[in-house]
Amino acid sequence: MKKSVFFGALAFTGMAAGVAAAGTLDDVKARGKLNCGVTTGLVGFAAPDANGEWEGFDVAVCRAVAAAVLGDGSAVEFVPTTGKTRFTALASGEIDMLARNTTWTFSRDVDLKFEFVGINYYDGQGFMVPKELGVSSAKELDGATVCIQTGTTTELNLADFFRSNNISYEPVPIETNAEAQQQYLAGACDVYTTDASGLAATRATFEAPGDHVVLPEIISKEPLGPLVRHGDHEWGDVVRWTLNALIAAEELGVTSVNMAEMAAGTNNPEINRLLGTEGTLGEMLGLDADWAKNALSVSGNYGEVFEANIGEATSIGLARGLNAQWTDGGLLYAPPFR
Amino acid sequence: MSDTHAHSVAFVRTEQVPPSPPPFTTSGPIKWSRDNLFSTPFYTVLTIAAVYVIYLILGNTLPWIFNGVWGTSSLAECREVLDGVSGGCFSVLTERWNQLLFGFKYPPDQYWRPGLTFVLFFAAAAPVLFFRLPRQLLLFTAVFPFLAYYLIWGGTILTPILAMVGFAAGYMVYQRFVAGSFAAGFFGGIAAAFVVWIIGGMLIPDSANENALLSAVPSRDLGGFMLNMMLGVACVSLSVPLGIALALGRQSDMPLIKWICVIFIEFIRGVPLITLLFVASVMLAYFFPPNTTTDLFLRVVIMITMFSSAYIAEVIRGGLAALPRGQYEAADSLGLDYAQAMRLIILPQALKISIPGIVNVAVGLFKDTTLVSVISMFDLLGMIRGPILASTEWNGVYWELLGFAALLFFVVCYGISQYSQWLERQLATDHR
Repeated sequence: MKKSVFFGALAFTGMAAGVAAAGTLDDVKARGKLNCGVTTGLVGFAAPDANGEWEGFDVAVCRAVAAAVLGDGSAVEFVPTTGKTRFTALASGEIDMLARNTTWTFSRDVDLKFEFVGINYYDGQGFMVPKELGVSSAKELDGATVCIQTGTTTELNLADFFRSNNISYEPVPIETNAEAQQQYLAGACDVYTTDASGLAATRATFEAPGDHVVLPEIISKEPLGPLVRHGDHEWGDVVRWTLNALIAAEELGVTSVNMAEMAAGTNNPEINRLLGTEGTLGEMLGLDADWAKNALSVSGNYGEVFEANIGEATSIGLARGLNAQWTDGGLLYAPPFR
Repeated sequence: MSDTHAHSVAFVRTEQVPPSPPPFTTSGPIKWSRDNLFSTPFYTVLTIAAVYVIYLILGNTLPWIFNGVWGTSSLAECREVLDGVSGGCFSVLTERWNQLLFGFKYPPDQYWRPGLTFVLFFAAAAPVLFFRLPRQLLLFTAVFPFLAYYLIWGGTILTPILAMVGFAAGYMVYQRFVAGSFAAGFFGGIAAAFVVWIIGGMLIPDSANENALLSAVPSRDLGGFMLNMMLGVACVSLSVPLGIALALGRQSDMPLIKWICVIFIEFIRGVPLITLLFVASVMLAYFFPPNTTTDLFLRVVIMITMFSSAYIAEVIRGGLAALPRGQYEAADSLGLDYAQAMRLIILPQALKISIPGIVNVAVGLFKDTTLVSVISMFDLLGMIRGPILASTEWNGVYWELLGFAALLFFVVCYGISQYSQWLERQLATDHR
């Protein structure tokens, strides 16, 4: 009897959450603000500056979606989430979308009932070693001591990599990235391994970054992307195609500089459809015709966002690598705007 | 007689010889160091080793502090200025001090509001902490919570006024009925307060916040050391009365009250604080319909207050148990009822015994407020670990920031500890 009451209550809350989630797009429009979950702070991806303004690579996705839906890239309420609170915040409806360097995995997509709408950064686990070690490939690391964060997938990936290459290593378990930096610099381990973007950001903070190299091997796939709740496909489409618009704009050569000119009409029908001068793509999404133009006008196309936040001109200095357009040998491949 | 004597002796001293100082090896700093530092070969070795360790520590930290750089705008720039010399990059403090103290979203032109609240807090706390001060000052203490709420959160002044009126109404009803029966006064007071709040809440228009004198600041925008202070002050001041009630309830003869208190205390003490905080931030959101959730700050205050009141209840129960049975019997023999006996005889003694324990819990609680950084509230530690260390300018600055946090917490905790020792000396009436 008591059990059935409990399950009844659970079912009721589930239903209430389902009802509330049904019209996220309408909710956001009515609220006039997008609630976007971001990390509490990750170099280059999301952090507030000295004036309290959020900036970063993931933040740019939130702002683009807000601009597409509401026409204003600053109409975002950034909700900082930790690795522990991010999924419940999204599932409970506290946030409309999560753009928090979250790896797209099977269980998160299927079991946790989320929908990854795309990939905005292809990451992977890499290695950093001091230059004086004279190592040029991870396969030469036989017998090395490796600093590694415990309880992460990187730990498992590392064991797999060394076993499959038949070489041995000695792990030095570390709790946080900050601790790892100190241990590595103090020489407690020869090698530090974590996601390649994290390695680059860490290396950028060293007093002498030139004394350390990131090895070319990437031993795991970490596709990072924004996600929304399962079951609200209209809203999922809005976020997915906003991200695709950023990527496609780079491929089509639409930048924040030449956009005003291109919005007047071009010879390329796909650009016209993207910027809303031809066709009814915006209407199909339930948005204004110039939704993509608004999204692009916040901080430009994917390439511009990349260069401004984590690209080679910044102190993090990441190369495009896998995150280049497919035409440049990368993996970015936006479906056609048709 | 004296003459012959004078001639027979060549010299007689006519005044006393002034005492000569003791040999310099048996007095002053040399004697002290001989007695204390070099009394045996073993101690000599220990002294030399200790001096060497002190030299090592100071030799490394003092140049680091005095070479510190204060004016740069990023870590890279700071390292350029230092040019390889050991020195701290304290510029992170000068650039981000406002975020460390107030969080990154509190409007900068409104910083005077928490600042003023902080100053007023001392005025409000003084009559509670120092009982020699005139008792009329307690009136300001009673108003302070509402004033503080108004200053920090801003918005319409009607909200704190309504809250105050509710409490006043409850108190008046309590005064009216308590003579007849304590229960009637107590529950009647609570009911009256709620009636006032509910009716008043309907009367305040939704748009009241828009043209308020002080702009409204949502709880989510609070942060930094301000958040630690607010949580610490609110939770300590709420949990002491709640803890007293729980301790008395646990000793009650009425089984229902006794068991409620026992279960509450044992359950809360058996669960880690961080679990309660997760429940406050994450689980409660599932059980409320969307958009009707209670304020996160309030949820956290409730959880921390519950946690520390369970501990304080046990500390006070220790104080109650330490009182001789005769004190209870003396109260009974004077014909005092339960409330009078507790208020006039038992609690003043029990609380005096409990002071060190209560202060211990309060200091621990104040430091535990940094745990809220785990549920993505940006207290002092959350600001350091999150936004500041994740900014491209300051990624990699650890000692300066964490040292600053340690300094702030040390000042407050040491102050609390010194106050409690002073209080114990003031209240010392035992047999000495």
